[in-house]
Amino acid sequence: MAVAQTDVAEIPVQKSGGYWSGVARRLSRDPVTLGCAAILVALIGSAAFAPWLGLADPYTGSMVARLNPIGSEGHILGTDEQGRDMLARLIYGGRLTLFIGLVPVILAFFIGSFLGITAGYVGGLLNTIIMRTVDVFFAFPSVLLAIAISGALGAGIVNSLVSLTIVFIPPITRVAEAVTSGVRSLDYIDAARATGASALTVIRVHVIGNVLSPIFVYATSLTSVCMILAAGLSFLGIGVRPPEPEWGLMLNTLRSAIYVDPWLAALPGVMIFVTSLCLNLLSDGVRSAMNVRD
Amino acid sequence: MFVYFLRRLILVLPVAFGVSVICFMLVQIAPGDPLTAIMPVDATAEQQAEMRAAYGLDKPLPVQYVVWVGNLIQGDMGRSIATGRPVAGEVFGAVQNSLLLAVTAALIAFPIGVLLGFVAGYFRDTILDRIVTAISIAGVSVPNYWLGIVLVIIFSVNLGWLPSMGAGPGGSQDWSWDWVHVRHLILPAVTLAVVPIGIVARTVRALAGDILSMDFVTALYAKGMSRGDVLRHVARNAAATALSVMGLQLGYLLGGSILIETVFNWPGSGYLLSNAIFQRDLPLLQGTILVLALFFVAMNLVVDVAQAAIDPRIQRN
Repeated sequence: MAVAQTDVAEIPVQKSGGYWSGVARRLSRDPVTLGCAAILVALIGSAAFAPWLGLADPYTGSMVARLNPIGSEGHILGTDEQGRDMLARLIYGGRLTLFIGLVPVILAFFIGSFLGITAGYVGGLLNTIIMRTVDVFFAFPSVLLAIAISGALGAGIVNSLVSLTIVFIPPITRVAEAVTSGVRSLDYIDAARATGASALTVIRVHVIGNVLSPIFVYATSLTSVCMILAAGLSFLGIGVRPPEPEWGLMLNTLRSAIYVDPWLAALPGVMIFVTSLCLNLLSDGVRSAMNVRD
Repeated sequence: MFVYFLRRLILVLPVAFGVSVICFMLVQIAPGDPLTAIMPVDATAEQQAEMRAAYGLDKPLPVQYVVWVGNLIQGDMGRSIATGRPVAGEVFGAVQNSLLLAVTAALIAFPIGVLLGFVAGYFRDTILDRIVTAISIAGVSVPNYWLGIVLVIIFSVNLGWLPSMGAGPGGSQDWSWDWVHVRHLILPAVTLAVVPIGIVARTVRALAGDILSMDFVTALYAKGMSRGDVLRHVARNAAATALSVMGLQLGYLLGGSILIETVFNWPGSGYLLSNAIFQRDLPLLQGTILVLALFFVAMNLVVDVAQAAIDPRIQRN
């Protein structure tokens, strides 16, 4: 035994990096994920700082300069059906599209986590009420539900946010409930309860930290769907109202131009596609770096 | 099996009730009065009250709901405010067209998705796998209403091969099985198929990969079974999950074709829905959503039962 003890003492202590440094190391070796992150940062950054980029005014156009092709002088990406600079409108358009695409998922993350954790921890009748209500919302395909609520409420940014938040609360609640009831049945929760900790304390100290990260990872995988839906609502005319620059709405108003300048008309969709592709690839990359399995 | 079916059926009833409540509430959350669209601007208060009574809008909400559901059960979904025609007739005609589109898209998407997913799962971590994974990520990321426009630009505007609007020549709404009409179906169906191709390929890839790495596969090879026979075992194990994903996708195709129908002016439920929205025709909006949602619920039930029929393990859980 004595020998064994000296052996143990002589082994050099290896510094363990911990979980997050492992995640960071795996991410740094993943060029696709890093590239997507860079594109998203560029998109969000240019949208956020659009007024300071020296762009043309996205609201005023000139009737003589309507539908200039891509590569025209003074308008690198051409002009739209009202002669407004496309580059400026695409960059400004990112503001609204990204806003309406991301905010509902964030709101739904908080509301859905609250509902799901409550249902999962408390269980019993409250669980039945919350989860059966959630089931009802699952009876609607998400596109249909978003269009139904937005269609009834009418066009407008706030209405889009409300309807998309409602669409994404049920799936997040379901995941939060499943994760929480899994954690709820673990021994250390019983131990905490046995020491007399109140439900709120147990949730705050022992549950939240263990459930939020899987819920969050799931929520990030919804952002691309949310953005496509947000732009889709505007495309249908029940989202953002003209003359605001917004990718879905621009795609709609430029449809009349597909016989004049088809590729110009397709540009706003390219923005939606690139953003949603990057969101999906980034979410997949982070997920696999964190060793989360589907 | 029959008991399982009954149990699932009983579970569906509260969901159907919830769906009807949500559809009923859609009209209540709408700003303004459902009658503002048809009420003359100079209607006196008395005329307004008369109108409200005629539509039953003067009664308390629960009473209105019961009356509404009572009529529904008798097949009466109310009358369209814009046209005055019964909602039921309009919705069913449109849903038929949407079904045609959704089923065609499914017939395109499912074989391609299964094939791609299986190839990727079987040849994991090879170049084939990477290509399929890229296709499926692009498939689930693409805004399909934009893809529809791009296909129109390529195949209608530039090449002039296929029509871009409606279900028949001259925007005709009547369908028949001849080339003149089928040509109109191609672009919207292909557009609609792209997202489910991505989703099905992704699911089948994961499934095939998981099942191929299971012990029983090794055992089958070890006892000398041929590759084709082993794959039959793998397919049977994957069938239940794959079918349930496809069933759900068919439901999504029907409920989610609204944007595509708008792009191609396809005379389906989505087209009806967007007309209902812009004319503020709330009974029509309500009826269309209700029919689509109930169809989705029914689809879920069929999927559950089919899944249990294929894979007896599911019944036991």
